[in-house]
Amino acid sequence: MASPEGAAAAKVKLGPRKKKKSKKESKTRSVYANILCEEDDNNPNRQYADNKIKTTKYTVLSFLPKNLFEQFHRFANVYFVFIALLNFVPVVNAFQPELALAPVVFILSVTAIKDLWEDYRRHRSDKEINHMDCLVYSRTERRYVEKFWKEVHVGDFIRLRCNEILPADVLLLSSSDPDRLCHIETATLDGETNLKQRQVVRSFFDLDCDFDPSKYDSVIECEKPNNDLNRFRGYIIHRSGRRDALYKDNLLLRGCTIRNTEEAVGIVIYAGHETKAMLNNNGPRYKRSKLERQMNVDVFWCVIILLVMCSFAAVGHGLWMFQYGDKRPVFDVLSPEGTDLSPVLSAIYLFLTMIIVFQVLIPISLFVSIEIVKICQVYFIHQDAELYDEESDSHLQCRALNITEDLGQMQYIFSDKTGTLTDNKMVFRRCTVAGVEYSHDANARRLAMYQEMDSEEEECPSRGGTLPRRDSVGSHHSVKVVLRSHSTKSHRRTGSRAEAKRASILSKHTAFSSPMEKDITPDPQLMDKVNECGSQMDFMRFHSQPMSQLPSDLGDIMDFFIALTLCNTVVVSSPDQPRHKVRMRFELKSPVKTIEDFIKRFTPSRLTSGSNSSSSSSLTTNRSSTKGCSSMLSSPSADSTLTKLEEEVTAVAVAAHAFSPTPPTYDGKIRNPEGADLRYEAESPDEAALVYAAKAYKCSLVGRLPDQMTVDLPHLGKLNFELLHTLGFDSTRKRMSVVVKHPLTEQITVYTKGADSVIMDLIKSPNTGNSKGKRQKKIIYRTQNYLNQYAADGLRTLCIAKKILSKEEYACWLQRHLEAETAIQGREELLFESALRLETNLQLLGATGIEDRLQDGVPETIDALRKAGLQIWVLTGDKQETAVNIAYACKLLDPEEEILTLNADSMEACSLLLEESLHYIQAKFLCGSAKSFHADFAPFHIYPSPPPPPPPPRHWSSSHAAVHRLGLVIDGRTLAYALDRTLEDKFLAVARSCRSVLCCRSTPLQKSMVVKLVRNKLKVMTLAIGDGANDVSMIQVADVGVGISGQEGMQAVMASDFALPRFRNLQKLLLVHGHWCYSRLANMILYFFYKNAMFVALIFWYQFYCGFSGSAMIDQWYLIFFNLMFSAFPQLITGTLDKDVSAQTLQQLPQLYINGQNSEEYKPYMFWMNMIDAFYQSLVCFFIPYFAYADSDVDLFTWGTPVTTIAVFTILLHLGVETKTWTWMNLLSICFSVALFFTVALCYNASCPTCYSPSNPYWTMQRLLQDPTFYLLCLITPAAALLPRYFYRACQGTIFPSPVQVGRRLDRLPAKNPHGNILSLSGIQTGARPDPERKFSVAKDPRRPREESQRPDASLSVRIELPPEGGVKYTKNSQERLSVG
Amino acid sequence: MVKEENESPNRPDNTAFTQQRLPAWQPMLSAGIVIPGFVLIGLAFIGIGVALLITSRNIQVLELDYTGTEQNSPCFQCSDPDKQNCVCTLQFSINRLFEGPVFFYYGLSNYFQNYRRYGVSRDDGQLYGDLSYFKEPYDQCEPYRYDRNKRPIVPCGSVVNSLFNDTFRLFQIVNGQQKEVPLDGKGIAWWTDYNIKFRNPTVTPLRNAFNGTVKPLFWPRPAYELDTSDPANNGFINQDFLVWMRRAALPDFRKLYRRITEGDYTNGLPAGNYSLEIAYNYPVLSFNGRKMVVFSNVSWMGGKNEFLGIAYLVIGTLCVVMSVVMLIVYAKFKFPEEE
Repeated sequence: MASPEGAAAAKVKLGPRKKKKSKKESKTRSVYANILCEEDDNNPNRQYADNKIKTTKYTVLSFLPKNLFEQFHRFANVYFVFIALLNFVPVVNAFQPELALAPVVFILSVTAIKDLWEDYRRHRSDKEINHMDCLVYSRTERRYVEKFWKEVHVGDFIRLRCNEILPADVLLLSSSDPDRLCHIETATLDGETNLKQRQVVRSFFDLDCDFDPSKYDSVIECEKPNNDLNRFRGYIIHRSGRRDALYKDNLLLRGCTIRNTEEAVGIVIYAGHETKAMLNNNGPRYKRSKLERQMNVDVFWCVIILLVMCSFAAVGHGLWMFQYGDKRPVFDVLSPEGTDLSPVLSAIYLFLTMIIVFQVLIPISLFVSIEIVKICQVYFIHQDAELYDEESDSHLQCRALNITEDLGQMQYIFSDKTGTLTDNKMVFRRCTVAGVEYSHDANARRLAMYQEMDSEEEECPSRGGTLPRRDSVGSHHSVKVVLRSHSTKSHRRTGSRAEAKRASILSKHTAFSSPMEKDITPDPQLMDKVNECGSQMDFMRFHSQPMSQLPSDLGDIMDFFIALTLCNTVVVSSPDQPRHKVRMRFELKSPVKTIEDFIKRFTPSRLTSGSNSSSSSSLTTNRSSTKGCSSMLSSPSADSTLTKLEEEVTAVAVAAHAFSPTPPTYDGKIRNPEGADLRYEAESPDEAALVYAAKAYKCSLVGRLPDQMTVDLPHLGKLNFELLHTLGFDSTRKRMSVVVKHPLTEQITVYTKGADSVIMDLIKSPNTGNSKGKRQKKIIYRTQNYLNQYAADGLRTLCIAKKILSKEEYACWLQRHLEAETAIQGREELLFESALRLETNLQLLGATGIEDRLQDGVPETIDALRKAGLQIWVLTGDKQETAVNIAYACKLLDPEEEILTLNADSMEACSLLLEESLHYIQAKFLCGSAKSFHADFAPFHIYPSPPPPPPPPRHWSSSHAAVHRLGLVIDGRTLAYALDRTLEDKFLAVARSCRSVLCCRSTPLQKSMVVKLVRNKLKVMTLAIGDGANDVSMIQVADVGVGISGQEGMQAVMASDFALPRFRNLQKLLLVHGHWCYSRLANMILYFFYKNAMFVALIFWYQFYCGFSGSAMIDQWYLIFFNLMFSAFPQLITGTLDKDVSAQTLQQLPQLYINGQNSEEYKPYMFWMNMIDAFYQSLVCFFIPYFAYADSDVDLFTWGTPVTTIAVFTILLHLGVETKTWTWMNLLSICFSVALFFTVALCYNASCPTCYSPSNPYWTMQRLLQDPTFYLLCLITPAAALLPRYFYRACQGTIFPSPVQVGRRLDRLPAKNPHGNILSLSGIQTGARPDPERKFSVAKDPRRPREESQRPDASLSVRIELPPEGGVKYTKNSQERLSVG
Repeated sequence: MVKEENESPNRPDNTAFTQQRLPAWQPMLSAGIVIPGFVLIGLAFIGIGVALLITSRNIQVLELDYTGTEQNSPCFQCSDPDKQNCVCTLQFSINRLFEGPVFFYYGLSNYFQNYRRYGVSRDDGQLYGDLSYFKEPYDQCEPYRYDRNKRPIVPCGSVVNSLFNDTFRLFQIVNGQQKEVPLDGKGIAWWTDYNIKFRNPTVTPLRNAFNGTVKPLFWPRPAYELDTSDPANNGFINQDFLVWMRRAALPDFRKLYRRITEGDYTNGLPAGNYSLEIAYNYPVLSFNGRKMVVFSNVSWMGGKNEFLGIAYLVIGTLCVVMSVVMLIVYAKFKFPEEE
């Protein structure tokens, strides 16, 4: 639920936490029930934080000091305050002191108001959250009463109802669910929409009646608050002295929503700021963009210029004073004491005065303006309809607000594969069982059909299909409204667009898979076998024959499908009732044979804790004793459990023979499971794919309970598998297992599913002595072959294996396992070891191939990004073959390309390999360098930048001079060696001369190391994109981290700077928005420097005519408000809206992106060019009025005001020249600025005749407006000032247009045949030839309108095509393995 | 459509603004557009320049330096700083009618009225007639705020203190007789100055307001006796005082002294010989300054100044030249594709 909490969570910083805790309980926290104690100081829980949250930074009183304190952390603010305060010193002051404070106060207050507003919003949301209701058990009233969240304390009992949000971290003590479960949705915490199960604390598991808080007298010892969502450890101590361990499965976290559970009761463990959700809230990230770093250098230069100017003026003033000597002119002013000031002293005073006068040179409003522009840019990126994904109703999120322009300067992209390039939409493609391959051709055809449908859908306009769809929309509408309250969103993708439309109606509420994933067309051959197998088994069961007589291949097939159905964590739900899982207890139909057997089911073998572990571990040997044990439970409801048991037992007795495939009819609540379309919700999409695949073969999972899974098998009907253990998937083991009791064979069976590499190692090596062993060996061999084949086809492979445990083996393992489960210290490690013990000596059943479909538009995007000069590296955890094939599929690798494969087993081998690769590259490409250039590829090499060659520090020329048509594939182990300090340089040398790099089997850490290495060593801008938790470290390390808000949770998004719905959005984000943001900001910053320098230089020139006395002809008001008011708006508008090239052209000509990569909009020399232009323009603006008013009786401000006006005009028109696209907003803003200037001037000059000392410009502007000379000046001066720049721009556009200008020209071509024109331009050469002059010649095309420039001699741009080097593939793989490994 | 939007609350608004598709005009700085523009602008500028130049040429100006540093200057003996109440006479002749109205300026050079600390040394409150500032002048007036006896100086400050105090009388020599040319001292300052910005205290007689204050150090007479001939032209609204208070922008400046608009001289100064009687008081040698008087008539665009006309001509010509350059460029780079 997008609760207010969620909204707050994004911005929350931790509020003050109480630190009153006494020292003695430093390691753990003990929680007592509040009802046991008075609500006063005796309460042992009082030291814990209460549930009131306060995420605001300020209070009414602390706002001003605290906010100011924070703002003064910014150096610029301190500087400007220093200058403002300098004005209060009489000897050096330049302006009215109060007025000089204005800009600083303005800037500070704008920021303060922004902070205040944000804080107020936080306060509001805090208040809203704090005042939410929940049911808390009241000691006095002995019942649950409604209380506000903020009144909840640690140790309170709270009752939670379905769809309620948890107010605090609560230990689950009771649940209305018969299985003592509570389902929660954790979307607000991790974005995962599937339901999670939480269990009632073990000691309360057997409570039958409602939990009575007044009888609770236990003490909970648990760990101190921490932010690990996946960890909770502790134990509960009962009055009896018994200790039960507590797990994360017992804890309900604040912010989650209760689902599917009518009622649950729990005790608050952590409240308020100590909850895990709150501890996980981090503030937004702060990164500094490359452009800003560059800008800061130039701000520094501005400081130098300022100091130089001030020193110059000071020296000048000293000399000016000195020349008068003792002759005191009448206009000289003595010091207040009536004595003469020495020239040196007055020079020193003047230096300070000049700093005040010239302060505008350091642009105070630049920082604020940049922030405003960035916020606007973020807004526009947010709003872009093309970055909006209809299927998931999600759009791009900018999580970092201040690095938008970095998007335009990327050079390397590091991408995850699964879920990023691919859809993470797993589709079952084929499988092999018992060494026989089932190719599923029909299935492949069906998938192909979906793809066609996709493209058809996209071609026909979306509007065409609205009519038939409407009624479905309408019919589902009501459902939707009702279900909105659940408001769970799915990020699931669906097949075609039309499909998506339809599915989206439902998928809003549930994470249902699309038909493409569900409707698997079974392979007829396999289907037959399954049927045969089913009927045989049915027959055998009927005749009470042992199942082992089944032919082993058929048995394997059955086991294979059972494994597919069982070995997962899928939750079953039915579509009519989303989110209400199908709960059916089939015990009445299950083949229960003995009462003993039944009791065994109720024996909490997995759930009992230390105290009765002995009895449960002796499960197999001493079954009868378990009954006694279970009744010995300390819980008060033991009796009722027993009675319930007995009732059920009798029911079983009655219905024992009634086992039939059809469900019993007496249970009215149960829906017909066959008729209902069951839906599977899985934590990972491949699990669901496998379950759906099994379902296609009529082996469908129909129900799941914590201890039992119900499977519908052909001919056999519904069978209950008693689920003894689930050993969940983890990335180290790379497999998961379930331990079940097979209902037919009565054997305890382990089904394991996992990555082929690990499973294959765990397979019991067959005894080749007998025929069975031989067969096994054959199966393994064949399966391995098929696995390789699958991988070669780009499928994800999983192996399925099983193992039958004898009762003794099981008991032996169980004992150790229970010990592990109950251990408090190092439980995770023990459980891990326990799992390893179990998963050995497996018997291979088969393997599956799941297709991870490429996302839409991935090859095109990669192609465009590559044309844009971006190097794309793919870092994946997948196996090499799969990765390579996906790489081919998404055009990352080209079939014509040579591939260097690096696989080494040792450091030395790796070093050798790298050496050899380097030699090979040098030998092959350096001598024939001319040949290695490829036209397609031109941007990669020397892209000649304007006159001065690119500066060496960026390693540009070196790193990009030699990118060849080579692909590099390296696996995780080799990568580990290559990333070693000694080899990393060599590795980089090899990698950067390859066009594409593919790192497979890499760990998250390696991913981030690779990014870090490239970023630091090559000094390039890096972007990391990924969707899963394993990409988080890489996303954090890169300059820009992009998360795909996909299906693998939200961790990547949380860590990212930008979150995209799809990979293909990256194209527009980088090529269009990145380009725009960069060019806009770069131009704005340059303009800012120019503007301030130009304005200040006017005063500087004036110093030569006023004895360097710090006098200014520009009125102090104009001087101070110039930046804040008169020139502020147009640049903001231009900085936000200007488009140098249209979005369409930018996307069609990705080469234009290189502009940003080379920082061509803002190069160091450009700063100086702008400075020179500023000085030139200020000279013009100064001296034209100077000479025009020479020999007249003009007074200081009557002369200064025209200078100011002219300067304002010039500056605004300069912006006009630099503006590439004019909209009405640009025009309006410029008109507004002019109008504002005149209005302010007129009002100011008409108000208060005696104020504003010393300028006192009363009625000046009014008189000027009657003076024709003023108008003549306003006409000629800006024209003269801007003439050179305008001329330069005009010539540049004609003689040597930059690529961007050519792109802009494309925009202006008639829209009739834009595509043709674009095509004609796509042959653009960006410097493939060494002639730097001709860097952007344009292909000749008769359709081309006249504006295209073309040198007669450079008539045609030549596409140099390399002859395909077919067959010369240089694959090192096999040889090297032999020679080095 | 509405329904669809309801379904997708996150869908961005599809407006021209949010999608950055506002209709826009792209100024292409290419020769094809620039050349005609440059030619037109250039021609217009040349036209304006010619008009300005002609106007400026029609203005008559007569400048007479009377600093007296040169031996042969009639005011040589007056330039001695020790000499008090020195009067010197300047003879000059006019060849043809000096068309009226003739403006009579005095000019100072190398005089930094724009010196910052000089400029701030004044008390606008005092000059507005606010009596409270008479007792305690503005502190920026230091060191011309109180005299040695701690009496407030009114008006205070450096600008006031350094009031230009040379006076002039102009005679036309008609048949050997000196005929005084009437000089009009009204309306030489800004109307807003003597009506709004500067005011005398509302005390009659005016001198009572100045009780307990002293006159500025350099002044021979107190403020209420600046113009003995016209009682209404005294105190802070004395027009010569106002002209001086309006600080010049540049170190070489002139200030309006009188206008010649009355009597026989309404149409200007007829040709003939004139003599200018100068009461030489103001010291300029300490800063190497020069003093002069200037007679000038004005046009619609002010005094004689050929610069603006020339500037227009130059910029206009530049525009035309550039357009020619562009034309060449255009011819060289463009025409092959023009067909």
